[in-house]
Amino acid sequence: MLNAEIAKTFKSGVQVRASLHLPPGPSVTVLFGASGAGKTTLLRCIAGLEQLTAGKIVFSGDVWADASKRRHIPTQKRPIGYLFQDYALFPHLNVRDNIGFGIHHLAPGVRSERIRTTAATLQIEDLLERQPDELSGGQQQRVALARVLVREPGLLLLDEPLSALDGVARGHVRSELARLLRRLQIPAIIVTHDWVDALTLGDRLHVMSRGVVLQEGSPQEVFAKPQYAEVASAVGMENLVVGHVLERTADVLKLRVGTAELYAADQQGDHTDYFVCIRGENVTLETGRAGQSSARNNLRGRVKEISPTGSLVKVIVDVGFEIVALVTHQAVTDMQLFPGVEVFAVFKASAVHLIPRTV
Amino acid sequence: MNWEAIITTLKLATATATILAVIGLPISYWVAFSKLRWKFLVEAVVALPLVLPPTVLGFYVLVAMGPRSPFGHWYESLTGHGLPFTLEGLVIASTLYSLPFAVQPVAAAFRSIDRRMVEASWTLGVSSWGTFFRVIVPQAKAGLVAGFVLSFAHTVGEFGVVLMVGGNIPGVTRTISIHVYDEVQSMDYASAGMTSLALLVFSFLILSLVYSLTPRRDRIF
Repeated sequence: MLNAEIAKTFKSGVQVRASLHLPPGPSVTVLFGASGAGKTTLLRCIAGLEQLTAGKIVFSGDVWADASKRRHIPTQKRPIGYLFQDYALFPHLNVRDNIGFGIHHLAPGVRSERIRTTAATLQIEDLLERQPDELSGGQQQRVALARVLVREPGLLLLDEPLSALDGVARGHVRSELARLLRRLQIPAIIVTHDWVDALTLGDRLHVMSRGVVLQEGSPQEVFAKPQYAEVASAVGMENLVVGHVLERTADVLKLRVGTAELYAADQQGDHTDYFVCIRGENVTLETGRAGQSSARNNLRGRVKEISPTGSLVKVIVDVGFEIVALVTHQAVTDMQLFPGVEVFAVFKASAVHLIPRTV
Repeated sequence: MNWEAIITTLKLATATATILAVIGLPISYWVAFSKLRWKFLVEAVVALPLVLPPTVLGFYVLVAMGPRSPFGHWYESLTGHGLPFTLEGLVIASTLYSLPFAVQPVAAAFRSIDRRMVEASWTLGVSSWGTFFRVIVPQAKAGLVAGFVLSFAHTVGEFGVVLMVGGNIPGVTRTISIHVYDEVQSMDYASAGMTSLALLVFSFLILSLVYSLTPRRDRIF
């Protein structure tokens, strides 16, 4: 599908260097990292908005760029759909003309039909006569997506598609976008610095820092086992596992994780599958049978691994899935913890953070 | 009121502003977007009429148009008459003299367009030409109007260059500003006062129009 070896050196001396290989099929690849990591530069190189200093970009057998042969197919000739960070809607055109902008060459009848069906897909039919400045952030994003999708691109490039949105709207639009990407069946590359975006939207994840790719894998794999401190701190969740809803009551959710069952107070809509996130600091270890406790989760298991991390000790316990607890050195000594010892991992239902997962 | 002078002035200003609207557009685009290192030299040349005494500019234009210059010679062999002291000659001189007034507002409007709008157009498959006419020009509309109106108004108010290049031929090259000068020379203060007042009101209205159209960030004066 896409094979890209990209090297870009700016006049300022800043360098970006990465390989991207997208498998055939409609997978979603996330470029994750702090701002300045070089994610957007990669996206712009693929789009042809930047010229390569070295390297080669091949998409479905077509050479888009080859620095050694000074070849650079202009942006206009690449079958891409590029979503800009702040959407870049044309302020002098209404929603209909914004969506139709890139299919100007089609006959008027065909064009208006394409605009109509695309607007229906994104549920923005009733916004067609509005001006961009009369739209909310979420609506602007949909219009920008419609403007891109109406051209039936072969590759979607989304630059921070959610960063212009705040809190509540962001969560909602994120789920919508995840569903849309599943339905569209178009390969996509998404740039984000938000780990929840990466987890929700991505099939593959490339973690970038200072112009290079540090780690790649499935988002869950990378976030659950970050090889770099900056990835770990971006997530801040030592436990990240997949959970399936077993039972839903008014105040708690019962989920299956591995072979264990646990309770979460966090409701997060009515999805059937979630990413279950628990901070290591919030998991208490107890030896022997715990007495009555307000903590709803009381999982029995055996210590698998003990390793010091900074001032705390990371204890991995197999409770049907591997759970990480961060405890003090003193606690490890006092409780005589070592691999094989039976313990209870205890945490409150409110310490469980859920992120909807689109299956 | 001397209607002959008014009509001559309007003819000159309309022709000058129209020509500038056409040739000013690519120059403005280049000034706004070029990344060449020696761009400032072109910017300086374009701005030269702002600081150069009109008589100096007029002198050079007169010499360049004269029958001894290749351009003047060529024009004379083509049309049978020379450029100095004709309306055509005045139009050429005014075009040079009003160039900064046509270029600067348009270049400022072009510069204020979000670069991403242009890139968004490219990623939607639209060529550079298409992007210019469908994204850049519509968004710079106020600047284009300001450029046209200012170059028109500035030509109306021209004196030194007109006198050098066009002389003072009634019905051909005598414009309103020269007419005022003539009236004062012949001690006709009442008439000069009327004409001056008319020019003052006209200029004020034009500038009000320009300022009402131009967003604050794009103002250049």
